[in-house]
Amino acid sequence: MVMESKINAPAIKFGNNIDTDVILPGKYLVLVDPYELGKHALESLDTEFVNKAKNGVILVGGKNFGCGSSREQAPLALKYASVKCVIAETFARIFYRNAINIGLPVIECSGISDLVETGDEISVDLETGKIQNISNGNKSLQGTNLPPFIMEILTDGGLIENLRKKMKSNDRI
Amino acid sequence: MNITEKILAKASNKTSVTPGEIVDANVDVLMTHDLTGPLAVESFKKIGAEKVWDNKKIVVILDHQIPAESIKAAELHKTMRQFAKEQKLRIYDVGRGGICHQVMPDQGHVLPGAVIVGSDSHTCTYGAFGAFSTGIGSTEAAAVMTTGKIWFKVPQSIKTVVNGKFSKYVTPKDLILNMIGKLGVDGAIYKSAEFTGSTIREMSISGRMTICNMAVEMGAKNGIIEPDDLTREYLQKRVNTLPDFAALKSDKDAQYEQIVEFDVSKMEPQIACPSSVDNVKPISEVGDVPIDQAFIGSCTNGRLEDLRLAAQILKGKKVKDGVRALVIPASQEIYKQALTEGLTEIFTDAGAIVCGSACGPCLGGHIGLLAANETCVSTSNRNFIGRMGSTQANVYLASPAVVAASAVTGKITNPTAVLEAQ
Repeated sequence: MVMESKINAPAIKFGNNIDTDVILPGKYLVLVDPYELGKHALESLDTEFVNKAKNGVILVGGKNFGCGSSREQAPLALKYASVKCVIAETFARIFYRNAINIGLPVIECSGISDLVETGDEISVDLETGKIQNISNGNKSLQGTNLPPFIMEILTDGGLIENLRKKMKSNDRI
Repeated sequence: MNITEKILAKASNKTSVTPGEIVDANVDVLMTHDLTGPLAVESFKKIGAEKVWDNKKIVVILDHQIPAESIKAAELHKTMRQFAKEQKLRIYDVGRGGICHQVMPDQGHVLPGAVIVGSDSHTCTYGAFGAFSTGIGSTEAAAVMTTGKIWFKVPQSIKTVVNGKFSKYVTPKDLILNMIGKLGVDGAIYKSAEFTGSTIREMSISGRMTICNMAVEMGAKNGIIEPDDLTREYLQKRVNTLPDFAALKSDKDAQYEQIVEFDVSKMEPQIACPSSVDNVKPISEVGDVPIDQAFIGSCTNGRLEDLRLAAQILKGKKVKDGVRALVIPASQEIYKQALTEGLTEIFTDAGAIVCGSACGPCLGGHIGLLAANETCVSTSNRNFIGRMGSTQANVYLASPAVVAASAVTGKITNPTAVLEAQ
Protein backbone atom coordinates (compact mmCIF):
# COMPACT_ATOMS: atom_id res chain seq x y z
CA MET A 1 0.00 0.00 0.00
CA VAL A 2 2.01 2.94 -1.26
CA MET A 3 0.94 6.32 -0.01
CA GLU A 4 -0.16 9.36 -1.97
CA SER A 5 1.86 12.43 -1.10
CA LYS A 6 -1.08 14.85 -1.54
CA ILE A 7 -4.17 14.54 0.62
CA ASN A 8 -7.44 16.51 0.35
CA ALA A 9 -10.21 16.01 2.90
CA PRO A 10 -12.47 17.88 5.29
CA ALA A 11 -11.14 18.54 8.78
CA ILE A 12 -12.38 17.48 12.18
CA LYS A 13 -10.77 19.54 14.91
CA PHE A 14 -10.02 18.61 18.52
CA GLY A 15 -8.27 20.46 21.35
CA ASN A 16 -5.04 19.98 23.30
CA ASN A 17 -3.77 16.77 24.95
CA ILE A 18 -6.00 14.28 23.14
CA ASP A 19 -4.81 11.12 24.89
CA THR A 20 -4.68 7.55 23.64
CA ASP A 21 -7.31 6.47 26.18
CA VAL A 22 -9.91 8.67 24.49
CA ILE A 23 -8.63 7.75 21.03
CA LEU A 24 -9.03 4.08 21.90
CA PRO A 25 -10.02 3.00 25.44
CA GLY A 26 -8.07 0.18 27.14
CA LYS A 27 -11.08 -2.13 27.09
CA TYR A 28 -10.70 -2.53 23.32
CA LEU A 29 -7.05 -3.58 23.38
CA VAL A 30 -8.06 -7.24 23.26
CA LEU A 31 -9.42 -6.66 19.73
CA VAL A 32 -7.06 -7.70 16.97
CA ASP A 33 -8.99 -6.78 13.80
CA PRO A 34 -8.03 -3.19 12.88
CA TYR A 35 -11.48 -2.56 11.37
CA GLU A 36 -13.00 -3.48 14.74
CA LEU A 37 -10.62 -1.01 16.43
CA GLY A 38 -11.66 1.61 13.89
CA LYS A 39 -15.30 1.33 14.99
CA HIS A 40 -14.39 2.72 18.42
CA ALA A 41 -12.05 5.55 17.44
CA LEU A 42 -12.56 8.64 19.60
CA GLU A 43 -15.98 7.43 20.77
CA SER A 44 -15.30 8.71 24.31
CA LEU A 45 -15.19 12.27 22.98
CA ASP A 46 -17.74 12.01 20.19
CA THR A 47 -20.00 8.99 19.74
CA GLU A 48 -20.64 10.14 16.15
CA PHE A 49 -16.96 10.49 15.19
CA VAL A 50 -16.77 7.25 13.21
CA ASN A 51 -19.84 8.24 11.17
CA LYS A 52 -18.50 11.72 10.52
CA ALA A 53 -15.11 10.35 9.44
CA LYS A 54 -16.25 7.51 7.20
CA ASN A 55 -15.63 9.25 3.86
CA GLY A 56 -12.12 10.30 4.84
CA VAL A 57 -11.06 13.17 7.10
CA ILE A 58 -8.01 15.07 8.22
CA LEU A 59 -7.80 15.22 11.99
CA VAL A 60 -6.55 18.48 13.46
CA GLY A 61 -5.29 18.53 17.03
CA GLY A 62 -3.75 21.01 19.41
CA LYS A 63 -0.69 20.41 21.57
CA ASN A 64 0.53 16.97 22.69
CA PHE A 65 -1.78 14.95 20.44
CA GLY A 66 -1.75 11.24 21.32
CA CYS A 67 -0.29 11.55 24.80
CA GLY A 68 -0.40 8.61 27.17
CA SER A 69 -0.08 4.96 26.36
CA SER A 70 2.17 3.33 23.75
CA ARG A 71 -0.80 1.48 22.26
CA GLU A 72 -0.33 1.34 18.50
CA GLN A 73 -3.99 0.40 18.41
CA ALA A 74 -4.73 4.14 18.84
CA PRO A 75 -3.33 5.33 15.48
CA LEU A 76 -4.54 2.05 13.92
CA ALA A 77 -8.09 2.84 15.08
CA LEU A 78 -7.83 6.30 13.50
CA LYS A 79 -6.43 4.91 10.26
CA TYR A 80 -9.19 2.33 9.97
CA ALA A 81 -11.80 4.97 10.84
CA SER A 82 -10.72 6.63 7.55
CA VAL A 83 -8.51 9.34 9.05
CA LYS A 84 -6.16 10.26 6.18
CA CYS A 85 -3.71 12.39 8.11
CA VAL A 86 -3.30 13.99 11.54
CA ILE A 87 -2.02 17.55 11.82
CA ALA A 88 -1.31 18.91 15.30
CA GLU A 89 0.60 21.70 17.01
CA THR A 90 2.75 19.01 18.67
CA PHE A 91 2.53 15.25 19.10
CA ALA A 92 3.35 12.91 21.96
CA ARG A 93 6.40 11.09 20.70
CA ILE A 94 5.25 7.45 20.89
CA PHE A 95 2.01 8.22 19.05
CA TYR A 96 3.99 10.12 16.41
CA ARG A 97 6.35 7.21 15.78
CA ASN A 98 3.52 4.67 15.84
CA ALA A 99 1.51 6.63 13.29
CA ILE A 100 4.46 6.75 10.88
CA ASN A 101 5.23 3.09 11.47
CA ILE A 102 1.71 2.02 10.51
CA GLY A 103 1.61 4.41 7.55
CA LEU A 104 -0.66 7.12 8.99
CA PRO A 105 0.79 10.51 7.98
CA VAL A 106 1.35 12.96 10.83
CA ILE A 107 2.47 16.56 10.44
CA GLU A 108 3.48 18.92 13.17
CA CYS A 109 2.33 22.45 12.38
CA SER A 110 2.44 25.42 14.67
CA GLY A 111 -0.71 27.56 14.34
CA ILE A 112 -2.87 24.85 12.78
CA SER A 113 -5.57 25.16 15.48
CA ASP A 114 -6.17 28.78 14.49
CA LEU A 115 -6.12 28.11 10.76
CA VAL A 116 -8.68 25.31 10.66
CA GLU A 117 -12.25 24.77 11.84
CA THR A 118 -14.19 21.51 11.69
CA GLY A 119 -15.67 21.10 8.23
CA ASP A 120 -13.02 23.12 6.37
CA GLU A 121 -11.60 21.43 3.27
CA ILE A 122 -7.87 20.94 3.82
CA SER A 123 -5.10 20.09 1.42
CA VAL A 124 -1.81 18.62 2.65
CA ASP A 125 1.38 18.04 0.69
CA LEU A 126 3.40 15.48 2.63
CA GLU A 127 6.55 16.06 0.55
CA THR A 128 6.74 19.77 1.25
CA GLY A 129 4.77 19.95 4.52
CA LYS A 130 2.53 22.66 3.05
CA ILE A 131 -1.00 22.79 4.46
CA GLN A 132 -3.78 24.82 2.79
CA ASN A 133 -7.25 25.65 3.99
CA ILE A 134 -9.25 25.57 0.75
CA SER A 135 -12.43 26.71 2.54
CA ASN A 136 -10.66 29.72 3.96
CA GLY A 137 -9.21 31.53 0.94
CA ASN A 138 -6.41 28.98 0.50
CA LYS A 139 -4.66 30.34 3.58
CA SER A 140 -1.61 28.19 4.13
CA LEU A 141 0.84 27.13 6.79
CA GLN A 142 4.14 25.31 6.62
CA GLY A 143 4.26 22.10 8.65
CA THR A 144 7.51 20.53 9.81
CA ASN A 145 9.15 18.61 6.98
CA LEU A 146 9.71 14.94 7.61
CA PRO A 147 13.34 13.78 7.25
CA PRO A 148 13.89 11.66 4.10
CA PHE A 149 14.21 8.34 5.97
CA ILE A 150 10.86 8.92 7.71
CA MET A 151 9.27 10.02 4.44
CA GLU A 152 10.52 6.76 2.94
CA ILE A 153 8.80 4.73 5.70
CA LEU A 154 5.56 6.61 5.06
CA THR A 155 5.66 6.34 1.27
CA ASP A 156 6.40 2.62 1.56
CA GLY A 157 3.17 2.36 3.57
CA GLY A 158 4.73 1.79 6.99
CA LEU A 159 7.70 0.24 8.76
CA ILE A 160 6.80 -3.37 7.92
CA GLU A 161 6.82 -2.72 4.17
CA ASN A 162 9.92 -0.54 4.55
CA LEU A 163 11.83 -3.32 6.31
CA ARG A 164 10.59 -5.96 3.88
CA LYS A 165 11.86 -3.85 1.00
CA LYS A 166 15.23 -3.40 2.66
CA MET A 167 15.55 -7.09 3.45
CA LYS A 168 14.68 -7.96 -0.14
CA SER A 169 17.30 -5.62 -1.53
CA ASN A 170 19.73 -6.97 1.06
CA ASP A 171 20.24 -3.51 2.38
CA ARG A 172 21.67 -2.79 5.80
CA ILE A 173 18.68 -2.85 8.10
CA MET B 1 27.43 15.50 27.70
CA ASN B 2 24.71 14.56 30.16
CA ILE B 3 24.00 10.96 31.15
CA THR B 4 21.33 10.42 28.47
CA GLU B 5 23.62 11.77 25.72
CA LYS B 6 26.47 9.55 26.97
CA ILE B 7 24.32 6.42 26.82
CA LEU B 8 22.98 7.25 23.34
CA ALA B 9 26.50 8.05 22.05
CA LYS B 10 27.88 4.74 23.26
CA ALA B 11 24.89 2.79 21.92
CA SER B 12 25.41 4.30 18.47
CA ASN B 13 29.21 3.89 18.47
CA LYS B 14 29.90 7.61 18.59
CA THR B 15 32.21 9.58 20.83
CA SER B 16 29.68 12.33 21.28
CA VAL B 17 26.16 13.33 20.28
CA THR B 18 24.24 16.60 20.37
CA PRO B 19 20.50 17.25 20.80
CA GLY B 20 18.60 17.09 17.53
CA GLU B 21 21.01 14.58 15.97
CA ILE B 22 19.44 11.34 14.75
CA VAL B 23 21.27 8.21 15.87
CA ASP B 24 20.86 4.54 15.10
CA ALA B 25 21.18 2.92 18.51
CA ASN B 26 21.89 -0.69 19.41
CA VAL B 27 19.23 -2.01 21.78
CA ASP B 28 20.29 -3.96 24.88
CA VAL B 29 16.87 -5.24 25.92
CA LEU B 30 13.37 -5.25 24.39
CA MET B 31 10.35 -5.84 26.62
CA THR B 32 6.86 -6.61 25.41
CA HIS B 33 3.59 -7.60 27.13
CA ASP B 34 0.25 -9.24 26.52
CA LEU B 35 -1.65 -6.26 25.08
CA THR B 36 0.98 -4.81 22.74
CA GLY B 37 2.98 -8.02 22.16
CA PRO B 38 0.53 -9.88 19.91
CA LEU B 39 0.48 -6.98 17.43
CA ALA B 40 4.30 -6.99 17.51
CA VAL B 41 4.32 -10.73 16.80
CA GLU B 42 1.96 -10.19 13.85
CA SER B 43 4.19 -7.41 12.50
CA PHE B 44 7.32 -9.53 13.03
CA LYS B 45 5.76 -12.30 10.96
CA LYS B 46 4.76 -9.83 8.24
CA ILE B 47 8.31 -8.48 8.07
CA GLY B 48 9.27 -12.03 7.22
CA ALA B 49 12.24 -12.56 9.51
CA GLU B 50 12.50 -16.11 10.81
CA LYS B 51 14.43 -15.54 13.98
CA VAL B 52 14.66 -12.65 16.37
CA TRP B 53 17.95 -10.77 16.40
CA ASP B 54 18.94 -12.07 19.86
CA ASN B 55 16.64 -14.26 21.90
CA LYS B 56 18.53 -13.46 25.12
CA LYS B 57 17.64 -9.79 24.80
CA ILE B 58 13.88 -10.03 24.47
CA VAL B 59 11.62 -10.40 27.50
CA VAL B 60 7.90 -11.21 27.36
CA ILE B 61 5.79 -10.39 30.42
CA LEU B 62 2.09 -11.12 30.74
CA ASP B 63 0.66 -8.52 33.11
CA HIS B 64 -2.14 -6.37 31.71
CA GLN B 65 -5.00 -8.78 31.25
CA ILE B 66 -4.05 -11.57 33.67
CA PRO B 67 -5.45 -14.02 34.51
CA ALA B 68 -7.34 -13.87 31.22
CA GLU B 69 -10.80 -12.40 31.84
CA SER B 70 -12.08 -13.17 28.34
CA ILE B 71 -11.50 -15.59 25.52
CA LYS B 72 -9.98 -12.75 23.49
CA ALA B 73 -7.39 -12.10 26.21
CA ALA B 74 -6.71 -15.83 26.52
CA GLU B 75 -5.97 -15.90 22.78
CA LEU B 76 -3.54 -13.00 23.14
CA HIS B 77 -1.74 -14.83 25.94
CA LYS B 78 -1.61 -17.98 23.83
CA THR B 79 -0.02 -16.02 20.97
CA MET B 80 2.69 -14.71 23.31
CA ARG B 81 3.39 -18.13 24.83
CA GLN B 82 3.71 -19.72 21.40
CA PHE B 83 5.98 -16.97 20.14
CA ALA B 84 8.19 -17.16 23.24
CA LYS B 85 8.45 -20.92 22.77
CA GLU B 86 9.24 -20.71 19.04
CA GLN B 87 11.86 -18.01 19.50
CA LYS B 88 13.16 -19.32 22.86
CA LEU B 89 12.43 -16.09 24.70
CA ARG B 90 12.23 -15.52 28.41
CA ILE B 91 8.56 -15.27 29.35
CA TYR B 92 7.05 -14.39 32.71
CA ASP B 93 3.67 -16.07 32.60
CA VAL B 94 0.65 -15.72 34.90
CA GLY B 95 1.78 -16.20 38.49
CA ARG B 96 5.48 -16.10 37.59
CA GLY B 97 6.21 -12.42 37.39
CA GLY B 98 3.87 -9.49 37.85
CA ILE B 99 3.82 -5.99 36.40
CA CYS B 100 6.45 -5.73 33.66
CA HIS B 101 8.17 -2.62 35.05
CA GLN B 102 8.69 -4.31 38.41
CA VAL B 103 9.75 -7.65 36.99
CA MET B 104 12.30 -6.15 34.57
CA PRO B 105 14.68 -4.68 37.17
CA ASP B 106 13.87 -7.24 39.87
CA GLN B 107 14.73 -10.18 37.62
CA GLY B 108 17.98 -8.66 36.41
CA HIS B 109 16.98 -7.37 32.96
CA VAL B 110 17.95 -3.76 33.71
CA LEU B 111 21.52 -2.47 33.88
CA PRO B 112 22.80 1.09 34.30
CA GLY B 113 23.85 2.54 30.95
CA ALA B 114 21.73 0.13 28.94
CA VAL B 115 19.34 1.09 26.13
CA ILE B 116 16.03 -0.57 26.88
CA VAL B 117 12.87 -0.23 24.83
CA GLY B 118 9.49 -1.68 25.62
CA SER B 119 6.08 -1.65 24.00
CA ASP B 120 4.63 0.15 27.00
CA SER B 121 4.82 3.86 27.69
CA HIS B 122 5.97 3.39 31.29
CA THR B 123 9.16 1.68 30.11
CA CYS B 124 10.80 4.95 31.17
CA THR B 125 10.73 3.53 34.75
CA TYR B 126 14.20 1.95 34.33
CA GLY B 127 15.79 5.39 34.27
CA ALA B 128 15.68 4.94 38.05
CA PHE B 129 18.69 2.61 37.55
CA GLY B 130 20.55 4.90 35.16
CA ALA B 131 19.36 3.13 32.01
CA PHE B 132 18.08 4.96 28.92
CA SER B 133 14.64 3.43 28.58
CA THR B 134 11.60 4.47 26.63
CA GLY B 135 8.29 3.26 25.27
CA ILE B 136 7.72 2.26 21.66
CA GLY B 137 4.82 0.81 19.68
CA SER B 138 4.21 -2.75 18.56
CA THR B 139 5.45 -2.46 14.98
CA GLU B 140 8.59 -0.72 16.13
CA ALA B 141 9.06 -3.52 18.68
CA ALA B 142 8.81 -5.98 15.77
CA ALA B 143 11.48 -3.98 13.92
CA VAL B 144 13.73 -4.14 16.99
CA MET B 145 13.10 -7.89 17.24
CA THR B 146 14.31 -8.13 13.63
CA THR B 147 17.28 -5.75 13.64
CA GLY B 148 18.27 -5.04 17.26
CA LYS B 149 18.42 -1.36 16.36
CA ILE B 150 16.24 1.70 16.66
CA TRP B 151 16.55 5.34 15.56
CA PHE B 152 16.37 8.13 18.11
CA LYS B 153 16.52 11.87 17.88
CA VAL B 154 18.92 12.84 20.67
CA PRO B 155 16.64 14.77 23.04
CA GLN B 156 17.08 18.15 24.62
CA SER B 157 17.28 17.72 28.39
CA ILE B 158 15.51 19.25 31.34
CA LYS B 159 17.29 18.99 34.68
CA THR B 160 15.25 19.06 37.84
CA VAL B 161 17.14 19.77 41.03
CA VAL B 162 15.24 18.58 44.10
CA ASN B 163 16.25 19.49 47.63
CA GLY B 164 14.73 19.28 51.10
CA LYS B 165 13.34 16.52 53.28
CA PHE B 166 9.82 15.19 52.87
CA SER B 167 7.38 15.79 55.72
CA LYS B 168 5.86 12.65 57.21
CA TYR B 169 3.44 10.95 54.78
CA VAL B 170 4.65 13.06 51.87
CA THR B 171 6.24 10.79 49.27
CA PRO B 172 8.06 10.66 45.93
CA LYS B 173 4.60 10.33 44.29
CA ASP B 174 3.70 13.76 45.66
CA LEU B 175 6.94 15.16 44.25
CA ILE B 176 6.39 13.82 40.74
CA LEU B 177 2.74 14.96 40.75
CA ASN B 178 3.90 18.41 41.86
CA MET B 179 6.48 18.47 39.04
CA ILE B 180 3.93 17.44 36.42
CA GLY B 181 1.56 20.09 37.76
CA LYS B 182 4.27 22.74 37.41
CA LEU B 183 5.73 21.64 34.06
CA GLY B 184 2.48 20.47 32.43
CA VAL B 185 1.56 17.28 30.57
CA ASP B 186 3.64 18.44 27.63
CA GLY B 187 6.29 20.20 29.71
CA ALA B 188 9.00 17.75 28.73
CA ILE B 189 7.64 16.72 25.32
CA TYR B 190 10.33 15.01 23.16
CA LYS B 191 12.84 15.73 25.96
CA SER B 192 14.87 13.87 28.53
CA ALA B 193 14.04 14.57 32.19
CA GLU B 194 17.00 14.16 34.50
CA PHE B 195 16.25 14.09 38.22
CA THR B 196 19.01 15.34 40.51
CA GLY B 197 19.56 16.94 43.91
CA SER B 198 19.91 15.79 47.51
CA THR B 199 16.30 14.56 47.79
CA ILE B 200 16.78 12.23 44.81
CA ARG B 201 20.15 11.01 46.15
CA GLU B 202 18.57 10.11 49.48
CA MET B 203 15.51 8.57 47.87
CA SER B 204 15.01 4.79 47.86
CA ILE B 205 15.07 2.85 44.60
CA SER B 206 11.33 2.36 44.99
CA GLY B 207 10.78 6.14 45.13
CA ARG B 208 13.13 6.72 42.20
CA MET B 209 11.10 4.22 40.17
CA THR B 210 7.91 6.16 40.95
CA ILE B 211 9.56 9.38 39.77
CA CYS B 212 11.00 7.99 36.51
CA ASN B 213 7.79 6.01 35.85
CA MET B 214 5.76 9.18 35.54
CA ALA B 215 8.28 11.11 33.40
CA VAL B 216 6.16 10.12 30.39
CA GLU B 217 3.19 11.93 31.96
CA MET B 218 4.93 15.21 31.19
CA GLY B 219 5.74 14.00 27.71
CA ALA B 220 9.36 13.03 28.39
CA LYS B 221 11.18 10.59 26.13
CA ASN B 222 12.98 9.24 29.18
CA GLY B 223 13.42 9.99 32.85
CA ILE B 224 16.81 9.30 34.35
CA ILE B 225 18.73 9.33 37.62
CA GLU B 226 22.50 8.82 37.87
CA PRO B 227 23.18 5.39 39.34
CA ASP B 228 24.93 5.29 42.74
CA ASP B 229 25.68 3.00 45.70
CA LEU B 230 21.96 2.42 46.30
CA THR B 231 21.60 1.27 42.69
CA ARG B 232 24.55 -1.07 43.14
CA GLU B 233 23.15 -2.49 46.37
CA TYR B 234 19.75 -3.10 44.75
CA LEU B 235 20.99 -4.65 41.52
CA GLN B 236 24.02 -6.69 42.56
CA LYS B 237 21.93 -9.50 44.04
CA ARG B 238 19.74 -9.51 40.93
CA VAL B 239 22.22 -9.58 38.03
CA ASN B 240 25.15 -11.81 37.17
CA THR B 241 27.66 -9.07 36.50
CA LEU B 242 27.12 -5.46 37.31
CA PRO B 243 29.11 -3.21 34.95
CA ASP B 244 31.34 -0.47 36.31
CA PHE B 245 29.14 2.59 36.10
CA ALA B 246 31.38 5.14 37.80
CA ALA B 247 31.65 7.18 34.57
CA LEU B 248 27.89 7.20 34.06
CA LYS B 249 27.38 10.73 35.28
CA SER B 250 26.47 13.99 33.61
CA ASP B 251 29.53 16.19 32.99
CA LYS B 252 29.84 19.41 34.97
CA ASP B 253 29.48 21.38 31.72
CA ALA B 254 26.60 19.24 30.39
CA GLN B 255 23.97 21.21 28.49
CA TYR B 256 20.36 21.53 29.60
CA GLU B 257 17.58 23.33 27.85
CA GLN B 258 16.04 24.14 31.21
CA ILE B 259 16.97 23.71 34.88
CA VAL B 260 14.08 23.68 37.36
CA GLU B 261 14.44 23.64 41.15
CA PHE B 262 12.08 22.04 43.64
CA ASP B 263 12.02 22.08 47.42
CA VAL B 264 9.99 19.33 49.05
CA SER B 265 10.36 20.44 52.66
CA LYS B 266 7.05 22.29 52.80
CA MET B 267 5.25 20.16 50.26
CA GLU B 268 1.80 18.81 51.14
CA PRO B 269 0.39 15.60 49.67
CA GLN B 270 -0.51 16.32 46.03
CA ILE B 271 -3.59 15.23 44.11
CA ALA B 272 -4.00 15.08 40.32
CA CYS B 273 -7.67 15.88 39.80
CA PRO B 274 -9.76 14.73 36.81
CA SER B 275 -9.08 14.42 33.98
CA SER B 276 -5.50 15.45 33.33
CA VAL B 277 -2.34 14.42 35.15
CA ASP B 278 -1.24 18.07 35.38
CA ASN B 279 -4.44 19.19 37.10
CA VAL B 280 -2.53 18.98 40.37
CA LYS B 281 -3.49 20.62 43.67
CA PRO B 282 -2.14 20.37 47.19
CA ILE B 283 -4.59 18.24 49.18
CA SER B 284 -5.71 21.20 51.30
CA GLU B 285 -7.18 22.80 48.16
CA VAL B 286 -9.00 19.76 46.83
CA GLY B 287 -12.10 20.14 49.00
CA ASP B 288 -14.63 17.48 49.89
CA VAL B 289 -14.40 14.59 47.44
CA PRO B 290 -16.34 11.45 48.43
CA ILE B 291 -14.96 8.24 46.86
CA ASP B 292 -16.38 4.91 45.77
CA GLN B 293 -13.09 3.09 45.20
CA ALA B 294 -9.53 3.30 46.48
CA PHE B 295 -6.80 1.58 44.48
CA ILE B 296 -3.29 0.90 45.74
CA GLY B 297 -1.06 -0.68 43.11
CA SER B 298 0.30 -0.30 39.54
CA CYS B 299 3.83 0.15 38.18
CA THR B 300 3.82 3.57 39.82
CA ASN B 301 3.05 2.59 43.42
CA GLY B 302 2.64 -1.15 43.94
CA ARG B 303 5.97 -1.77 45.65
CA LEU B 304 6.68 -3.02 49.15
CA GLU B 305 7.47 0.46 50.42
CA ASP B 306 4.06 1.62 49.13
CA LEU B 307 2.21 -1.32 50.67
CA ARG B 308 4.00 -0.82 54.01
CA LEU B 309 2.97 2.81 54.06
CA ALA B 310 -0.64 1.96 53.25
CA ALA B 311 -0.67 -0.81 55.87
CA GLN B 312 0.67 1.58 58.49
CA ILE B 313 -2.41 3.72 57.94
CA LEU B 314 -4.93 0.90 57.54
CA LYS B 315 -3.72 -1.18 60.51
CA GLY B 316 -6.58 -1.74 62.96
CA LYS B 317 -8.98 0.35 60.87
CA LYS B 318 -11.80 -0.44 58.50
CA VAL B 319 -12.42 0.66 54.96
CA LYS B 320 -15.45 2.95 55.12
CA ASP B 321 -18.80 1.32 54.39
CA GLY B 322 -19.76 1.87 50.77
CA VAL B 323 -16.14 2.15 49.65
CA ARG B 324 -14.21 -0.73 48.09
CA ALA B 325 -10.44 -0.82 48.44
CA LEU B 326 -8.21 -2.78 46.07
CA VAL B 327 -4.60 -3.62 46.83
CA ILE B 328 -2.44 -5.11 44.09
CA PRO B 329 1.21 -5.90 44.82
CA ALA B 330 3.33 -5.11 41.76
CA SER B 331 4.97 -8.54 41.54
CA GLN B 332 4.80 -12.08 42.87
CA GLU B 333 7.95 -11.35 44.85
CA ILE B 334 6.29 -8.34 46.50
CA TYR B 335 3.07 -10.30 47.01
CA LYS B 336 4.98 -12.97 48.90
CA GLN B 337 6.87 -10.46 51.00
CA ALA B 338 3.60 -8.67 51.83
CA LEU B 339 2.30 -11.99 53.15
CA THR B 340 5.45 -12.63 55.19
CA GLU B 341 5.34 -9.17 56.73
CA GLY B 342 1.66 -9.47 57.61
CA LEU B 343 0.63 -6.63 55.31
CA THR B 344 -1.90 -8.79 53.48
CA GLU B 345 -3.59 -9.59 56.78
CA ILE B 346 -3.82 -5.90 57.67
CA PHE B 347 -5.43 -5.15 54.29
CA THR B 348 -7.92 -8.02 54.45
CA ASP B 349 -8.79 -7.26 58.08
CA ALA B 350 -9.53 -3.70 57.02
CA GLY B 351 -11.93 -4.98 54.38
CA ALA B 352 -9.73 -4.42 51.33
CA ILE B 353 -9.47 -6.99 48.56
CA VAL B 354 -5.93 -8.07 47.72
CA CYS B 355 -5.65 -9.18 44.09
CA GLY B 356 -2.96 -11.09 42.21
CA SER B 357 -0.01 -9.16 40.80
CA ALA B 358 -1.07 -7.46 37.56
CA CYS B 359 -1.89 -4.03 36.16
CA GLY B 360 -5.42 -4.24 37.56
CA PRO B 361 -7.84 -1.35 37.12
CA CYS B 362 -5.11 1.17 36.12
CA LEU B 363 -5.92 0.95 32.40
CA GLY B 364 -9.55 0.00 32.66
CA GLY B 365 -9.29 -3.30 30.81
CA HIS B 366 -9.56 -5.95 33.45
CA ILE B 367 -10.73 -5.73 37.06
CA GLY B 368 -11.95 -3.02 39.38
CA LEU B 369 -13.59 -0.82 36.75
CA LEU B 370 -15.73 2.19 37.57
CA ALA B 371 -19.40 2.82 36.77
CA ALA B 372 -20.74 6.17 35.59
CA ASN B 373 -20.50 8.94 38.20
CA GLU B 374 -18.22 6.88 40.45
CA THR B 375 -14.99 8.28 41.87
CA CYS B 376 -11.74 6.48 42.50
CA VAL B 377 -8.65 7.70 44.30
CA SER B 378 -5.73 5.78 42.88
CA THR B 379 -1.98 5.40 43.22
CA SER B 380 -1.71 4.76 39.48
CA ASN B 381 -0.48 7.15 36.80
CA ARG B 382 -3.32 8.36 34.57
CA ASN B 383 -6.71 9.95 35.20
CA PHE B 384 -7.81 10.49 31.60
CA ILE B 385 -11.50 10.34 30.66
CA GLY B 386 -12.53 6.68 30.57
CA ARG B 387 -9.14 5.45 31.76
CA MET B 388 -10.56 3.24 34.51
CA GLY B 389 -13.93 2.32 33.06
CA SER B 390 -16.88 4.62 32.43
CA THR B 391 -16.20 7.90 30.63
CA GLN B 392 -18.42 9.47 33.31
CA ALA B 393 -16.21 8.25 36.17
CA ASN B 394 -13.63 10.42 37.92
CA VAL B 395 -10.10 9.37 38.85
CA TYR B 396 -7.91 11.27 41.32
CA LEU B 397 -4.23 10.33 41.49
CA ALA B 398 -2.44 10.34 44.83
CA SER B 399 0.17 8.64 47.01
CA PRO B 400 -0.41 5.29 48.74
CA ALA B 401 -0.67 7.17 52.07
CA VAL B 402 -3.46 9.42 50.78
CA VAL B 403 -5.30 6.52 49.12
CA ALA B 404 -5.17 4.43 52.32
CA ALA B 405 -6.37 7.36 54.45
CA SER B 406 -9.14 8.09 51.96
CA ALA B 407 -10.28 4.45 52.06
CA VAL B 408 -10.82 4.83 55.82
CA THR B 409 -12.74 8.09 55.72
CA GLY B 410 -14.55 7.58 52.41
CA LYS B 411 -13.33 10.87 50.99
CA ILE B 412 -10.00 12.25 49.81
CA THR B 413 -8.07 12.70 53.02
CA ASN B 414 -4.68 13.82 54.24
CA PRO B 415 -3.16 10.84 56.10
CA THR B 416 -2.13 13.00 59.05
CA ALA B 417 -5.84 13.68 59.70
CA VAL B 418 -6.56 9.94 60.02
CA LEU B 419 -3.63 9.31 62.31
CA GLU B 420 -4.28 12.34 64.50
CA ALA B 421 -7.87 11.16 65.01
CA GLN B 422 -6.59 8.07 66.80
